[in-house]
Amino acid sequence: MGFKVINPGLLTTIQDNGRFGHQHMGVTTGGPLDEYSFTWANHLLGNTTGAAVLEITFGGLEILAQINTNIAVTGADLGATINGERIEHWRTHRVKAGDRLKFHSPETGLRAYLAVSGGFETPQLLGSCSTVMREGIGGLVSDGTKLKPEDWLPCAEAPPQQVNAVSAEDIPDYRKNLELGLIEGYQIADFSSEQLRRFFSSEYQITPDIDRMGYRLKGEAISASRSGIISEGIAAGAVQIPADGQPIVLMCDRQTIGGYPKLGCISRLGMAQLAQRGPGSRVRFYPMDVSMAQAQRLAFKRHLKLFDFQNFA
Amino acid sequence: MHIEIAGESAVIVYFAQEISPLGASQVSAAFKRLEAAPHGIITDLIPSYTSLLVAYDSSLMSSLDITRYLRQQLSDLVVDVDDSADSSVVYVPVYYGEEVGVDLIEVSHQTGLDVNSIITTHTTTEYRVYAIGFAPGFAYLGLTEPQLKVSRRSTPRLKVPRGSVALADNQTAIYPSVSPGGWQIIGRTPMTLVDWSSSPITPFHVGGRVRFRAIDRQEYLDLGGEFDGV
Repeated sequence: MGFKVINPGLLTTIQDNGRFGHQHMGVTTGGPLDEYSFTWANHLLGNTTGAAVLEITFGGLEILAQINTNIAVTGADLGATINGERIEHWRTHRVKAGDRLKFHSPETGLRAYLAVSGGFETPQLLGSCSTVMREGIGGLVSDGTKLKPEDWLPCAEAPPQQVNAVSAEDIPDYRKNLELGLIEGYQIADFSSEQLRRFFSSEYQITPDIDRMGYRLKGEAISASRSGIISEGIAAGAVQIPADGQPIVLMCDRQTIGGYPKLGCISRLGMAQLAQRGPGSRVRFYPMDVSMAQAQRLAFKRHLKLFDFQNFA
Repeated sequence: MHIEIAGESAVIVYFAQEISPLGASQVSAAFKRLEAAPHGIITDLIPSYTSLLVAYDSSLMSSLDITRYLRQQLSDLVVDVDDSADSSVVYVPVYYGEEVGVDLIEVSHQTGLDVNSIITTHTTTEYRVYAIGFAPGFAYLGLTEPQLKVSRRSTPRLKVPRGSVALADNQTAIYPSVSPGGWQIIGRTPMTLVDWSSSPITPFHVGGRVRFRAIDRQEYLDLGGEFDGV
């Protein structure tokens, strides 16, 4: 029992926290591109933090409920409807068997997260059900495919719960131009101060070349004193500078090792913001201390605890 | 050894400036040491040619804490350059027929070696796994004999068949699954190199040793080898 997929939309995948501890065998982490929205979606329902959700890219998803349960929708506003009625996102909703849930197209943001009470019950492979299409792992039957028509999304019936909502000040505005903190590291010493000044003072545009592996940006070209390096491990959010000088931000489905010089990394919360921006959006970078990035993530986790949504009706 | 920040929840430890067996042995030794670290602090380790990326749970340790911890753990690392005794050799059977080794002629042109010499040279060397990446189970094996050095294809193939054994620069590798690729293909193995249901999922590990063994067409078929394109 659960939900039946009528229309999978452009790209809808199952994601949980991600797959950790296997990168030494070349297996990437996967996981939600927007960790902030993913975390809220589960938290609103009182789920465990890493419960499996749907990551809905660009909309088009239509699913039919076969059970009574609660859902939470966070992230991009994809014009979600239940039985044709617009629903607010960043809050929980009651869904009954026979209800038709539809995501249209982006009004703001790019990726919505749909969580259900208790999470989707999907098989784990190497400790995670996160879908990585390139590797052919994760998802409903552990073969790395995105949702298809006629797929079943298994989840359990759940009693009604009180309506929980994220407060307005915690809802990001994806229309704002983005300023991303860069945690300097890796080969930062291979970039001259003039190159770094150029990087931090320029505005970059997001190109159409964006996916779960990486975001290609376009703007002032940056050059390192070396064009290639000995291949090394790539951390989440790494900002690499290939030969053409145009930065690429590496996201959750990145390759585990690579040989381009890197300026450092953006934070996990920065990645969450970037993941909601589409082609044409503008991005600037500023230097950010690693301790600030760590503190912000901790503060977010602590902030969540102020909203203890365990008290079901 | 020096340590650089690699984002919010990772640091990277560099052991050498150039690729060498000594640097690679240091990486392997550090990897083994840190695999035994208390559970939950280190979330991922990515060993490569000269470096080891250490991803950690930043809610448990700050970047200063992890750096201090790594210095303490790795300062007295005993490194045996000849650490081959530590690891059993993985033997990979390869059919070097031209029907699967589609770049053998090109490699012959580039190296000036005839096909038999290419096979002999490729199977004589015992290789070290320097890194695993690009795709799950894709092991970068080195170093090949200088006379086998070839450049990558100028236009990568969109689909390289599973099991393809290939050369690029002074390295060799096997494509564990169908993927795009620009290396020069000299043969194919019937061996399964990524099995999601086994543990570990691949017979290779960084620091391990690999040898190739030439097999004929019949043995290739007997071992389950296939000839379809992808």
